[in-house]
Amino acid sequence: MLNYHIDNEVLIKFKAMKLKLLIVAILIITSCKQENKKVVKDIAIAKKEVSSDVNSNDVELEVYDYEGFKKFLNKKDDKVYVINFWATWCAPCVKELPYFEKLNSEYSDKNVEVILVSLDFPHLYESKLKPFIKKRDLKSKVIALDDADMNTWIPQVSKDWSGAIPATVIYRNDSNKFFEGSFTYETLETEVKSFLN
Amino acid sequence: MKKAIQIMSVICAVLFISAFTVYETTPQEGVGSGYSIGDVAEDFSLKNTDGNMVSLSDYKDAKGFIVVFTCNTCPYAVMYEDRIIALDKKYASKGYPVIAIMPNNTDVKPGDNMEAMKDRAKSKGFTFPYLIDEGQKVYPKYGATKTPHVFLLEKTGAGNVVKYIGAIDDNYKDASAVKTKYVEDAVDALLTGKEVKQTETKAIGCSIKV
Repeated sequence: MLNYHIDNEVLIKFKAMKLKLLIVAILIITSCKQENKKVVKDIAIAKKEVSSDVNSNDVELEVYDYEGFKKFLNKKDDKVYVINFWATWCAPCVKELPYFEKLNSEYSDKNVEVILVSLDFPHLYESKLKPFIKKRDLKSKVIALDDADMNTWIPQVSKDWSGAIPATVIYRNDSNKFFEGSFTYETLETEVKSFLN
Repeated sequence: MKKAIQIMSVICAVLFISAFTVYETTPQEGVGSGYSIGDVAEDFSLKNTDGNMVSLSDYKDAKGFIVVFTCNTCPYAVMYEDRIIALDKKYASKGYPVIAIMPNNTDVKPGDNMEAMKDRAKSKGFTFPYLIDEGQKVYPKYGATKTPHVFLLEKTGAGNVVKYIGAIDDNYKDASAVKTKYVEDAVDALLTGKEVKQTETKAIGCSIKV
């Protein structure tokens, strides 16, 4: 969209005006920098405001070891379960969370339930995970899985899981699919629909 | 001149926007290709934090290699840093040096760029090379998917044979609560001419950023 300004004709002129442009470039890059700084500053202020608002004491968090967690992967009530493994420190996980939230709200009356399984470190539940759940106002069910013996439980979730997150299991009764990687809303919805038909 | 300003503001805007772009990866069903136990791993030539290029063939006296895909920014990788250093201290002199490779795209994770890698290697006192997988050509050959991810190689007449793939041990949180040291057990087996008992393990890690 932004490329149409820079056609060939302009490029030729561009070359002819090199020196002038250099000066302009310096000016603009400097202003770019200032712009950047301003944004960073704004974000910093915004963060401060948010964190002072957040009182995460009332966020209830269920914590399971794998033995306790297993039941969430083995429900036979004809519902489609979307089990997403994530963590607040995992950037691609945080990026796709809104898609799971959207799915949960748009399909909750269509027999679909999203469960967000946090793999955050237990010592950060209070300082990172709970404030995150509160700040993002997550509506899907969030539970925490804390089981250090990963080599025992990862293959039980899926033999195809290398252990990288994000990772997602979609299942309905005895049929299930496992995904290692990020979703867009469209790809997520397509996979869920294939379980509904 | 007016046009020039226009162009430059467009460029400025593009630069600004692209700084916030996060790259998509499509979800994959199942695991990708890569080395399996028994495969011969290809050599590479990657840049170290000291500026030199490093290849496995540089290590004439090595009996094998503990290749660790790791990075600065992944919390799991950070939790294992001291244990990776300890592995090198214990096994480099016995013929199994650690070779650490940083596989992430540094445009996505600037905290993993060469400058940051140099700082980390210096502050932690890395005793092993910390190489950057520039162009991200090496990690897909191995089939590494996350950090940290270990590939133990044994040097043989046929090449560097993959003997173990997976985690360092069975407790990321607490080194003192570890029950099984997967990598140590595997190297010890090779050093005494035995077969590696547990050749593959799984652990949670940060996906490699592409």
